[in-house]
Amino acid sequence: MNPPCRFTPRHTLHAVLLWLMCFSALPLHASAQSPAAPAEARTGAVPAAQPSFEQLVQQLPGGSLRDRTATINQLSNQRDERLADIFNALLAGELLADKDTPPTIAIRSGEQLTDALTGTALSDSTGLRRIPVNNNLRTQLRGQVAQLHLNHSDTDKRYAAVQRFIRDGVNADTAALLHAHQELEESDRVQGAITTALAVYRLQSADSGIRQAAINELSGSLEQEARNALRGIAANDADPELRAAAAEAIESIQGRIGFYRFVENLFFGLSLGSVLLLAAIGLAITFGVMGVINMAHGELIMIGAYTTWGVQVLFPNLIEWSLLIAIPAAFLITALVGIAIERGVIRFLYGRPLETLLATFGLSLVLQQAVRSLFSPLNRSVSSPEWISGTLTINPVLSITYTRLYILIFGLLVFFALMLVMKRTALGLKVRAVSQNRAMARAVGVRSSWVDALTFGLGSGIAGVAGVALSQLTNVGPNLGQAYIIDSFMVVVFGGVGNLWGTLVSAMSLGLINNFLEPYAGAMLAKVLVLIMLILFIQKKPKGLFPQKGRAAAD
Amino acid sequence: MKLKKMVKQAGALGVACSMALTALAAQADTIKVGVLHSLSGTMAISETTLKDTMLMLIEEQNKKGGLLGKKLEPVVVDPASNWPLFAERTRDLLEQHQVDAIFGCWTSVSRKAVLPVIEELNGILFYPVQYEGEESSRNVFYTGAAPNQQAIPAVDYLKDELEIERWVLAGTDYVYPRTTNRILEAYLKANGVADEDILINYTPFGHADWQNIVAEIKRFGSTGKKTAVVSTINGDANVPFYRELGNQGVSAEDIPVIAFSVGEEELSGIDTAPLVGHMAAWNYFMSEETPENAAFIKTWHDFIGDTERVTNDPMEAHYIGFNMWVKAVEAAGTTDSDKVIDALVGVEVPNLTGGVSKMLPNHHITKPVLIGEIQNDGQFLTVSSTDELVPGDAWSDYLEGSKNLEADWTAPINCGNYNTASKTCLGAQPE
Amino acid sequence: MLTQRLLLSDRGGMVVLGLVVLTAILVPILNLVVPTSSPFYVSNFTVALLGKFLCFALLALSVDLIWGYCGILSLGHGAFFSLGGYGMGMYLMRQIGDRGVYGHPELMDFMVVLNWESLPWYWQGFDMFWFSLLMILLVPGLLALVFGWLAFRSRVTGVYFAIITQALTYALMLAFFRNEMGFGGNNGLNDFKEILGFDLAAKTTRVGLFVASAIALVLGYLACRYIVTSRMGRVIVSIRDAESRTRFCGYQVESYKLWLFVFSSMLAAIAGALYVPQVGIINPGEFSPLNSIEMVVWVATGGRGTLFGAIVGAFSVNYAKTFFTTFSPETWLFILGALFVLVTLVLPKGIVGLLGHVRRKGDKS
Repeated sequence: MNPPCRFTPRHTLHAVLLWLMCFSALPLHASAQSPAAPAEARTGAVPAAQPSFEQLVQQLPGGSLRDRTATINQLSNQRDERLADIFNALLAGELLADKDTPPTIAIRSGEQLTDALTGTALSDSTGLRRIPVNNNLRTQLRGQVAQLHLNHSDTDKRYAAVQRFIRDGVNADTAALLHAHQELEESDRVQGAITTALAVYRLQSADSGIRQAAINELSGSLEQEARNALRGIAANDADPELRAAAAEAIESIQGRIGFYRFVENLFFGLSLGSVLLLAAIGLAITFGVMGVINMAHGELIMIGAYTTWGVQVLFPNLIEWSLLIAIPAAFLITALVGIAIERGVIRFLYGRPLETLLATFGLSLVLQQAVRSLFSPLNRSVSSPEWISGTLTINPVLSITYTRLYILIFGLLVFFALMLVMKRTALGLKVRAVSQNRAMARAVGVRSSWVDALTFGLGSGIAGVAGVALSQLTNVGPNLGQAYIIDSFMVVVFGGVGNLWGTLVSAMSLGLINNFLEPYAGAMLAKVLVLIMLILFIQKKPKGLFPQKGRAAAD
Repeated sequence: MKLKKMVKQAGALGVACSMALTALAAQADTIKVGVLHSLSGTMAISETTLKDTMLMLIEEQNKKGGLLGKKLEPVVVDPASNWPLFAERTRDLLEQHQVDAIFGCWTSVSRKAVLPVIEELNGILFYPVQYEGEESSRNVFYTGAAPNQQAIPAVDYLKDELEIERWVLAGTDYVYPRTTNRILEAYLKANGVADEDILINYTPFGHADWQNIVAEIKRFGSTGKKTAVVSTINGDANVPFYRELGNQGVSAEDIPVIAFSVGEEELSGIDTAPLVGHMAAWNYFMSEETPENAAFIKTWHDFIGDTERVTNDPMEAHYIGFNMWVKAVEAAGTTDSDKVIDALVGVEVPNLTGGVSKMLPNHHITKPVLIGEIQNDGQFLTVSSTDELVPGDAWSDYLEGSKNLEADWTAPINCGNYNTASKTCLGAQPE
Repeated sequence: MLTQRLLLSDRGGMVVLGLVVLTAILVPILNLVVPTSSPFYVSNFTVALLGKFLCFALLALSVDLIWGYCGILSLGHGAFFSLGGYGMGMYLMRQIGDRGVYGHPELMDFMVVLNWESLPWYWQGFDMFWFSLLMILLVPGLLALVFGWLAFRSRVTGVYFAIITQALTYALMLAFFRNEMGFGGNNGLNDFKEILGFDLAAKTTRVGLFVASAIALVLGYLACRYIVTSRMGRVIVSIRDAESRTRFCGYQVESYKLWLFVFSSMLAAIAGALYVPQVGIINPGEFSPLNSIEMVVWVATGGRGTLFGAIVGAFSVNYAKTFFTTFSPETWLFILGALFVLVTLVLPKGIVGLLGHVRRKGDKS
């Protein structure tokens, strides 16, 4: 009777698509309660009493949020190819309307405006205002849109669509649809999710044998819904054997989750470590190699972060590239500031480390206030490019955020690049020579003042680069530097002054220790404990983890 | 002997300058209004705007001809986010500059620092920020929200409209989140929420590494029951928190976050894309479409010379507080503190959301409660608002120690913490 | 003999002390006796301000003693100052008794809010003034003893010492911010009522505290002066100038340093204890590493290595701070920052050094 929607074992992609359109036409959550609705949708006929698609779309901007919900429900009953675009735009807040009657409904993508109904380009944007949506609407819309995504080319979208099915409850219809899709699916992850979805469906079966089989199948699944379904069985099933089996399955799942949670913690620790590394590595040069206690180091990081913001303001169309542009820009700007600091202040203070502390602390106050006066005390909004957002989902309980992953990689890259500079270039050689024995280095023809300026510039530049990375994680404001300065010093001192490897090891271990303490002690106490450990450690080994050996160490 | 002379001169300078200050205070026939907001240090980020708001309000009032036939004169001092300095500057304002009212403070600790001084010198303080309650002073008027004007309605909305069953109460470790969360915990339990469905988490100020906590929230929310986060996270810690939420893929549809300290101004420093749909509870949103609000925004933009600047809830609180003070001074016909304090109770002025706020005998005001969802332009979309204005309650009914307490600064009670059970006024009272 | 050693050979010190004594006599008279309408009247505000400066001067003295004379740069002296302050704060809180907002006979208001059942053990005894006074000295002293013993024994010096003292005060700050610690969290201790039965809001009490601070400063100065002019003082200076050589001469360098460090920490604690009743609040913000660095700057500005220089520095920097944050808040940090840089670059001996330089020039011409 309803050819496009009947399920046949042998089907074509086309059939699935059509089926999907039908399915997507169901009002969300309504599939179970209202058997009449699908029939209506399947025929595709619009009763005369219902408003047309155009009218419904034009109804969208008016009325209250509740009215809007109703309109969207009605709209989803209509099969119209413009619907997906309109829903997507509404979801993204890019669907605009003006106050005319009937209103013009426009879809904005970037700078371009198109009429949502006619598809023609619009030139005039005056009077157009965003149609607001709230959480309930968004959930509803996302449900509609997600289900259209089961055939999307993007694995994540397909995965999300399956997840959405599980969350909304799998019924006979959905089960059939998923079963059909499973044979086409290429991604293991999506396959796994579909298997879970089907097993969750079978858990509802009246036959305890099927339930038993479903439990067995789910015992390997890490999906959250599988666990919840099993919990339901373990608590409520009539069959005591099944209850035991479900409980056992949960236990085995928990064991695996425990392992992945450990892996996750490890990553969190390393990620925190990489942030510490980035913040501290410039200091490892200025403090560790040159012996300057640069209290303005945090402010150099801040300047780097503001540079990122500046790049985004100057090139609003290049957000995707902004970080790549900001890295060299921040390096140059902070390096120049650093050189200016070195030439203007620090060069008069060599050999008096405690005085450099005071002078650079003064500079840090000046830089902070300068930023406050120039850019206002308010935080600046730095946006994240698309490619750095999102998560890398390894399995349902372990996903790694790209931002953190990139920062970890970036931190290591910076570290090794710096190593290379120090160990393999002429500048590095001179830097090491000057830091070991200034007089001797001068005697063999090294221009020590020039080397000092460049070294300080290098350390400062790296601080700026760290600022670019931090702008993706935290506030970009005048207080940014203050938040990192003490931690940076701890890292360098813990690792052993003058030893880059020490800085790496100490940053990573501090990150890990902090992260493994946090769940037990709470964020606040974890930090205190780490500090106390550090203080005691320095008492034990005053020169850090990897003390410098030989004459260079004597001061 | 030159040294002696110079040292002496340097010392004399100190005394001389403080005397000059005294002399400065005694001149001119104006009504002085003290503005006590941090312009430097960590709190400058929030408080500078309020200083500008006050200057704008005073300027507007002067355009209307001032007050009691005199011009208003703002006296701005900078307590530099330093709490002892707040007390010192208050003394400066009241003793040296002889101001008739002070508008200021943001954090609870700054208000606590100011309190003894303002009571000793019998000044008037208008405090514009939402706070934890549990306080009522004769000399302080609380124009921000008490917990029952923000936290409780927000939880009601989540509970009733979004059918939330599991709760994460996340806050920065200081008195406002502590008290608010204790009130909420008691309230939720009274509403039948089980212990294991409430997760309370505190973090230090400026906490930057949220990986663990967000992962924990995710796990907590993965049991199938609908979960929400009630956030009393303060200031700087919010940006990394929301970023981490976005990065770990926690969207507002899965686990909505409702915040009590994130307003338009905080959002202007955040990339709001990952925040869309998360919520905040306030008594005012810039997006409210009333003529009063439109006029207020226009005046603000003209005053500050930047149409990108936003308005927020504490600004509205100052707007209400200032207008109430003006009205009370006009009614009393004098700026004498005792008379103005008495005249203030019962004063009604329009707020910016279309209602009329009233000063109550407990020195709190009536306010509407709005729940808004963050939109991608950094504004809020109001999704719920109370039909009536909610009267502020100084002492929470959900806390063991304070449920019998009542504040009433009118005769015959005239007490900030009156125990309705024992019919006594507790603690030390100003005689 | 002692007078000669402590005062007469120290002209700058005599001048500064003389001024302190003079203010300690004049200010109370001008505040209490002179009518408010008189141009010579000193307002309560000025009394409070000067009282605060006196406490800061005592604190600067304690920093100068170890940094200027022994070369130990502590960036954590704020910790001892604050611990002393907290000790006094706890005493003052216990004096509130049942006059708190909840009317609880024993618990502080913030404990009632946290639903605590009884007073924590470490709050016991603070209702007695003598006990509190003892704790004000003992707790920071003990901390300094343990910390210094560990640090000096393993020869943690110079920069490393500075950084771990900074870590110490930072850790304490974070710990005190925790509400579970039972010190009122971020709000700290405030709303004090009376000290030794005297109402803190009364003019006379405030003047009394002011005079007490002045006396403490004078006594503190004389004690420091006694130490630095003693035989021990000479050893201390030689540790500063050549630590290894002093050690090779057979002196127990560690014991000298430790002793001095503990004494200095107690001095700082006394300053904190006098500071709190005058400003009316103590909160964990006082532990902030920033504050500790600022103390070092007072000393550097005044002139390190001369005791009266520390006093001059504390007064002048704080006076400038009060002045600029009142009249031009935006420029204050610029000025303070520039001051740091200038002092270290141009005035290694601080204001006192500059004055000395000017005087010597004057004598020559």
